[in-house]
Amino acid sequence: MMVSFTLNGSPATGRVERPVSLLDFLRDELEVTGSKSACEQGECGSCSVILDGVVVCSCLVMAADVEGSSVTTVEGLESEETLNAVQRAMHETGAVQCGFCTPGIVVAATDLFSHNPSPTTVEIKEALAGNICRCTGYGAIIRAFETLAEESA
Amino acid sequence: MTARTEKRSSRVDEGIGESAPRPDGIAKLKGEFEYAQDQWVEGMLWGATTRSPHPHARVLSIDVAPALAIGGVHAVLTADDVPGRASFGLEHSDQPVLAGERVNFWGEPVAVVAAEDDATARRAAAAVVVEYERLEPLTDPEDADSQGEVFRRVRIRRGDQSASGSVVIEGFYEVGMQDQAPLGTEAGLAVPDGHGGVDLYATSQFVHADHEQVVASLGLRPDQVRAHPAGIGGAFGAREDVNLHIHLCLLALHTGQPVKMVYHRSESFTGHVHRHPARMWYRHEADEEGNLVRVRAKISIDGGAYASTTAAVLANACYFAVGPYNCESVSVDGVGTRTNNPPCGAMRGFGAVQACFAHEAQMDRLADVLGMDPLELRRKNALESGDPMPTTGQVIETPLPTVEVIDSLAAMPIPEESERAGLPGGSGLTTEEHHVVRGIGYAMGIKNLGFSEGFDDFAQARVLLTPGGAIVETAAIEVGQGLVTVLAQIARSAMGVSRAEVRHVDTSRIDSAGSTSASRQTQMSGGATLQASSRLRARILEHFAGDDLNDDGVWRDGELVVPMSRVTDEKWEETVTFRHPPTSPPDDDGQGVVHADFALAAHRAVVDVDPELGLVTVVRVDTAQDVGKALNPQSVIGQIEGGIMQGVGLAVMEELILEDGVIRNPNFTDYLLPTILDAPDVEALLIEQEGSWGPFGAKGVGEPPTISSTAAVVAAIRDATGRALTRVPVRPQDIAL
Repeated sequence: MMVSFTLNGSPATGRVERPVSLLDFLRDELEVTGSKSACEQGECGSCSVILDGVVVCSCLVMAADVEGSSVTTVEGLESEETLNAVQRAMHETGAVQCGFCTPGIVVAATDLFSHNPSPTTVEIKEALAGNICRCTGYGAIIRAFETLAEESA
Repeated sequence: MTARTEKRSSRVDEGIGESAPRPDGIAKLKGEFEYAQDQWVEGMLWGATTRSPHPHARVLSIDVAPALAIGGVHAVLTADDVPGRASFGLEHSDQPVLAGERVNFWGEPVAVVAAEDDATARRAAAAVVVEYERLEPLTDPEDADSQGEVFRRVRIRRGDQSASGSVVIEGFYEVGMQDQAPLGTEAGLAVPDGHGGVDLYATSQFVHADHEQVVASLGLRPDQVRAHPAGIGGAFGAREDVNLHIHLCLLALHTGQPVKMVYHRSESFTGHVHRHPARMWYRHEADEEGNLVRVRAKISIDGGAYASTTAAVLANACYFAVGPYNCESVSVDGVGTRTNNPPCGAMRGFGAVQACFAHEAQMDRLADVLGMDPLELRRKNALESGDPMPTTGQVIETPLPTVEVIDSLAAMPIPEESERAGLPGGSGLTTEEHHVVRGIGYAMGIKNLGFSEGFDDFAQARVLLTPGGAIVETAAIEVGQGLVTVLAQIARSAMGVSRAEVRHVDTSRIDSAGSTSASRQTQMSGGATLQASSRLRARILEHFAGDDLNDDGVWRDGELVVPMSRVTDEKWEETVTFRHPPTSPPDDDGQGVVHADFALAAHRAVVDVDPELGLVTVVRVDTAQDVGKALNPQSVIGQIEGGIMQGVGLAVMEELILEDGVIRNPNFTDYLLPTILDAPDVEALLIEQEGSWGPFGAKGVGEPPTISSTAAVVAAIRDATGRALTRVPVRPQDIAL
């Protein structure tokens, strides 16, 4: 079957021939590889995308189910050549190491700040509780978003 | 370019000592950075692996016909299809590329498949029919030891073996099997070159070691294989050994098409080595004042089915068995066993983690019996520069600021908490605040930097000066730690130019940089980069008879004499192979100059525990660490915080559960990893005492954070609960039952 949906603001269509996750569909069929596959079972958040306004693990969504929906991946978050505020904050505090968790964290944090421009530390942690980072120990990630929250307050 | 009459400062921005941002950071933040998983070429096939469902079995027959019969399958290869050396291994080539007559661990590769897409390849791998005769697995390390199934025994005897102290502490300690769990699983792409050779782009910490092993097993000339650094999603030791590398090249050459393979998470848990589980018996003897008089230890680590780096991990556990303390009478007996458990090898801390958990528990018990403050006991026995290592007798020549580390940590205030992220067990109704008991614990650990025991440890780097700035060429692997940042900083500072870029080149274009492990690349590849940059600058200045070089060009007596555009009309490059001070193998008593350098750290953990439910929240972990010179403070802090988090993981949640050699939790639902809600607050003091042979006096910083953080957290839980807690990870039942 063909699946048509809105991907990062533009129409997208792809062929779905077997039960396949949205993540594999994005990466292998549409060759949009910013979202990462790390656990295949919704535990690590590396594949986080915004589906019709809600952050989801794209490895847990069937590709066929996004027909008519709107999907935003990390590739759809920055404006032109610039970083969005979440990305800039992470770059400045050293919140990126290997970077494999980064697209998922950028997606989850962008969603958080779009709803809550000055979250508390607990709110930041709760919003990112589904995103595992194995490199940073989370310290720089928390500092990035605490700083951003202060700037927005 | 116009000559300026006023010369700018020769100090460059984003040189050493500054928190320069990662050059790949923006690409990673935008999702544009290419990881090994993201590679794609036209006409590419997908690979998959058939793995043993048994930890120990004889392979009676393999029928590949059902797999080949599936549409879209291009190849199914078994042990018979390996044209060269049938086995591989970092230290000993004892692990079959594909199992032939026997499988020795659960998940061992038996066949590999190439097909037109990932799903078909996996279906075909499952369709290979392997007939096994199951054999009894050997899974108990003590049984293996008594049967002589060992990879190495280490024997250390130093000082008067009849010495004794009036205060005696004996203990038995265990460490469970931890997994590196890098977020990126194993992945790679092999592309045939059309002339019988192959290019490999795969996850790795050491492309030259991969190259050597691929060449041997494919039966090719070295120049026919090129191993290229690829984008890496973390490593922590898991990528030092070959896993899919030879398989990919076999499939690519067999099919004549590019082949890509990406492990799923469950496969990744069987596809790479783990941290060795350990059993450790200790006896400390001290005098009434708390001076260590004698330490005896027996350390058993289980290497699993194949050698990997077990011999070196065991040696490390034994050499650092006493910790950073002086003691004149020491004996250590170590054994690394061979079993049918999953193979174990490198993980951050490499043997020192296991020993630290034991020696620090012993030191705390000793302090308790003596009625001493635990830090005062450590300070009293502190091993410092100029002292002989308690185990090997090697006199420590490089700085080792042990007392400064202890005193700095002791002086750090414990700040008031700002905002609690939750009680033990989470933010629900699991526990109530009045049940929570706070505990504080300390620990300290030491480890070698670089390769030891006479290994010819070197790193090559090439520095070029081009119109676009300095370029550093290297085969050293960036795994996320920031080598790509720090090598550029070193080149900027040493050359005097503001633009510098690191280019990762393949094995045909540069000699080895050695492994990205043992906390060694900043010192080794950084050392090569510094020497190459300095020599290149000196050559350029000599050539143009100048006295300074910057972005404008060559200067003499404050005048710009040759603009950069003319300087770079000529080709400027310098290649350096850097070696650290030589080491030697130990003698029969384990004595000798076996290490090139050392680093240490101390940690203070604060925990909240519900003793009835056995639940723990690690509130904060503070640290002082011996870093030599922090070349990029932000990166150093990143290594410290990340390393502490992995240490906390081993302390309270991370363990691969084995049952008769089978991993019961090979997935992220059941192998628990710390989340942001588990992250303690961290305050780190960087203790800079320059004098090491690393560039600008820098020491490696990656491993010390992981070594004693585990021990400190468990010490804090003991403080809160009064429990002995002799095993990590500490489980709720260890506290509550």
